[in-house]
Amino acid sequence: MSGILVVAEQRAGRISRISWEALAAAHRLGDARTVTAVVLGAETETPAAELAAKISGKVLRVEHGLLTPYTADGYIIALQQVIEREEPACVIFPHTYQVRDYAPALAARFAQVLISDVIAISEDRVFIRPLMQGRLNGSYRKSSSGICFVSVQAGAFPAETVIAGAATVELFAPVMDAAQLRTRPGEPYRAAAQTVDLGSAQIIVGVGRGIKSQENLPIVQELAAALGGEVAASRPICDAGWLPMEFQVGSSGHTVAPKLYIAAGISGAIQHLVGMKGSQCIVAINKDPDAPIFEIADYGIVGDLMEVVPALTAAVKEARQ
Amino acid sequence: MKIIVAIKQVPERDAPVCIDAAGKWIEESDLQFAMNESDAHALEEALQLKEKHGGEVIVLSAGPERVATTIREALAKGADRAIHIICDDLQKRDALGLARLLAATAKSENPDLVLTGLQSEDLGFGQTGVILAELLGLPHATLILHIEKTDSGIEVKRELEEGWFQNIQLPLPAVVTMQSGGNKLRYATLMGIKRAKTKELRQIPAIELGVASEPTVLLEKISWPQKQKATQMITGSAKDAAATLVAKLKTEVHVL
Repeated sequence: MSGILVVAEQRAGRISRISWEALAAAHRLGDARTVTAVVLGAETETPAAELAAKISGKVLRVEHGLLTPYTADGYIIALQQVIEREEPACVIFPHTYQVRDYAPALAARFAQVLISDVIAISEDRVFIRPLMQGRLNGSYRKSSSGICFVSVQAGAFPAETVIAGAATVELFAPVMDAAQLRTRPGEPYRAAAQTVDLGSAQIIVGVGRGIKSQENLPIVQELAAALGGEVAASRPICDAGWLPMEFQVGSSGHTVAPKLYIAAGISGAIQHLVGMKGSQCIVAINKDPDAPIFEIADYGIVGDLMEVVPALTAAVKEARQ
Repeated sequence: MKIIVAIKQVPERDAPVCIDAAGKWIEESDLQFAMNESDAHALEEALQLKEKHGGEVIVLSAGPERVATTIREALAKGADRAIHIICDDLQKRDALGLARLLAATAKSENPDLVLTGLQSEDLGFGQTGVILAELLGLPHATLILHIEKTDSGIEVKRELEEGWFQNIQLPLPAVVTMQSGGNKLRYATLMGIKRAKTKELRQIPAIELGVASEPTVLLEKISWPQKQKATQMITGSAKDAAATLVAKLKTEVHVL
């Protein structure tokens, strides 16, 4: 057993950024020449070429008509055959919704547990991942022999380091038939017409559980208005129906990178952080001094947002006069 | 429909945490515990399916004695009966070890549907439901907001990334992991709380299930996250802090 497999994913016809990050994590674990990038689908020539130009190991095109659209059954069957053929020491996945859907079952098939959501790898193969909604970190080590399955969190490893290329490309046709796919996926769809454009907003005021009730929302809306920015929210606010889902920033909502992101009453669960940590300047306002949001903030104010936000609105208005 | 809902008791969301003396887990002695949020949504979905189509809702949970309070809460909300796998070493088992306990118990019940939340708020592995499906040999769907019964099985609404959704059809029996927010959680009524005391709560010691407990991955230590940025903490009254921040946004960040 040697070598590292990396399962790459596409988004909008291109290899996704987090897939390059998974490759960067693989380079951290072993010699780049022992890394094999795997791409699955009914047609894999284009993504395979994109991968081959940037890595020095091998690209494996796992092609079968039943691999598009994605099903957990299809991916598990195909990747089990790939793993048995390649006999890697380690399999690395990007931590996406799709991976969360099949990788735990794939690992279990090899009597292993996926070390999911990894944010750092230390020299002696200790994998760091968040615990308690990001309030703590856990250091995990494999305690048994067998393949090491790992998924990496978005933004944790530098995609820009994957540049050297001219990998060999191989084609592999897994053996599978339609009767093995037990679920029938429908076409993806979007819920409703978008009325807010968070992607292009320069200033965003994000609001979280700390707002306590829907009636208090105007205080953050007034701050956003004073700054000429938009309001966004963490998942619990949208789950409660206080703001529509389209206002949500995080892994299940928008990914934003404005010039200024003010997080008001947002504790900073990893699912929210992945959606906004690329912002140029982050201001955190939270009553809990240990809230994880402060770890990524440029400026922090420990205090009750019900007092701090209105004061901030007044100060902004004054500054703009 | 016979539905099993696997729930986990986790530290309450806002409970202050500190690292225990061994540095391997959090100090639990003063903690308050609650039902994991997405598991609560799984329970709610099960109760709604039962109200529409009839059947039985069985709550399944593994953990030490204290877990019984969370199980009673689920019974008070309307679950029919419960199974508690008594297990004091949950921390030492990994996701596969826990799923093996749940699978061994679920199998003997022959359920039509197994529901659970998509991930726990403490360990956050997000894998128990998917591994459970693999161990039971059942099809599964994850990150589900809503379940509709059809003639041939179920149709589920799955959340994808960046505001996209997808409907998936599954035959029964199946395993589904629920995302939070798809349904509105009910409160237990006084009558429900009273009734819960008389409902069946079967206790099974984990050791009787005879499953492997040797973990394949080990949590060696826990630690506070390192700061990724040098955060400037601004102190003073709300008014003073606001004025200082605005000055910095002007002169250092140039956004005002």
